[in-house]
Amino acid sequence: MIGVGKIKQYANVLETPLSKGKQEVSLSAFAFLFSELVQYNQTQVDNIAELERRLEDAGYSVGARILELLCHRDKGNRRETRLLGILSFVHSTVWKVLFGKVADSLEKGTEHEDEYMISEKELLVNRFISIPKDMGTFNCGAFVAGIVRGVLDSAGFPAVVTAHFVPMEGQQRPRTTILIKFAEEVLRREARLG
Amino acid sequence: MAAIYSLYIINKSGGLIFYKDYGSAGRMDTNDSLRVASLWHSMHAISQQLSPTVGCLGIELLEADTFDLHCFQSLTGGYLNPFIYLFIYKHTRYWFFLPSTGTKLFVVCEPGTQHMEGLLKVIYELYTDYVLKNPFYEMEMPIRCELFDINLSQAIQKDRVALLGR
Repeated sequence: MIGVGKIKQYANVLETPLSKGKQEVSLSAFAFLFSELVQYNQTQVDNIAELERRLEDAGYSVGARILELLCHRDKGNRRETRLLGILSFVHSTVWKVLFGKVADSLEKGTEHEDEYMISEKELLVNRFISIPKDMGTFNCGAFVAGIVRGVLDSAGFPAVVTAHFVPMEGQQRPRTTILIKFAEEVLRREARLG
Repeated sequence: MAAIYSLYIINKSGGLIFYKDYGSAGRMDTNDSLRVASLWHSMHAISQQLSPTVGCLGIELLEADTFDLHCFQSLTGGYLNPFIYLFIYKHTRYWFFLPSTGTKLFVVCEPGTQHMEGLLKVIYELYTDYVLKNPFYEMEMPIRCELFDINLSQAIQKDRVALLGR
């Protein structure tokens, strides 16, 4: 066996440090699995809005778990309690673990105080996916939106999260923007904390 | 001058699922392209059976006066290894060939164009990436994938530049 003898023997299983985990998986394997997930959900729904909701729900449970894991692994059992803190946690830490890179940009919405946007030029889940014309504005990024909602919700920042295609000037492909709209109570709490 | 005249992709039952022409030479209407596709499919299958060598995978290159036709066949959906099958009926042994029938890609190009095998492999890779990994694509059906089109024209463009540069 490889590596036998290198592992320090801990008397108590609870004392063993949490491993970093395997950093990368095959993109093709993921693409096929995700494709199957979308295809399966497509057979279960009547309309596109419902498909979007199901993908989001699938992402939600991923998000809830990833928050738990990352707080334990990277943050020493602490989690962000401030709005900007949790947003940059999603934008950098969560993105890096899931997609191997930091998200392209994190912006505050210009029209509304409670809206934030995470934009990605080419979202990993959309890498191989072409949306047929008859599906309109449907975006498989709904899965990632679900992950973000899962993280935020579990951390105590309830929000409505949606994924949109935004056409870019001089680019053939639109970028994907994850729009986060926080609940009122979150902003009230932020204001109170100052 | 375009080195590649046209590109065809045919499914395992001989139906044309993708057709694109480049440049004005050898342009065909929809019916003609469908006809060429199913004709090639049958010729390819017949060539496998007529070949004197065991395990022949069919025609790879057809050279004519005005064009070359390069064909690439994927290994999926076909019979990979045993090309000869044994079948016993009323105590008599019958041996017969089964043609391998995968998805076929072929390009029609200028006579003597080099490195077409490489290009076909690149196109096959694009097909596996942007068509087969797309959840909205139904197997054996015509290919309508935006990303496939974009990446295909990029690959063809790159190939053309490489060809002119030589």
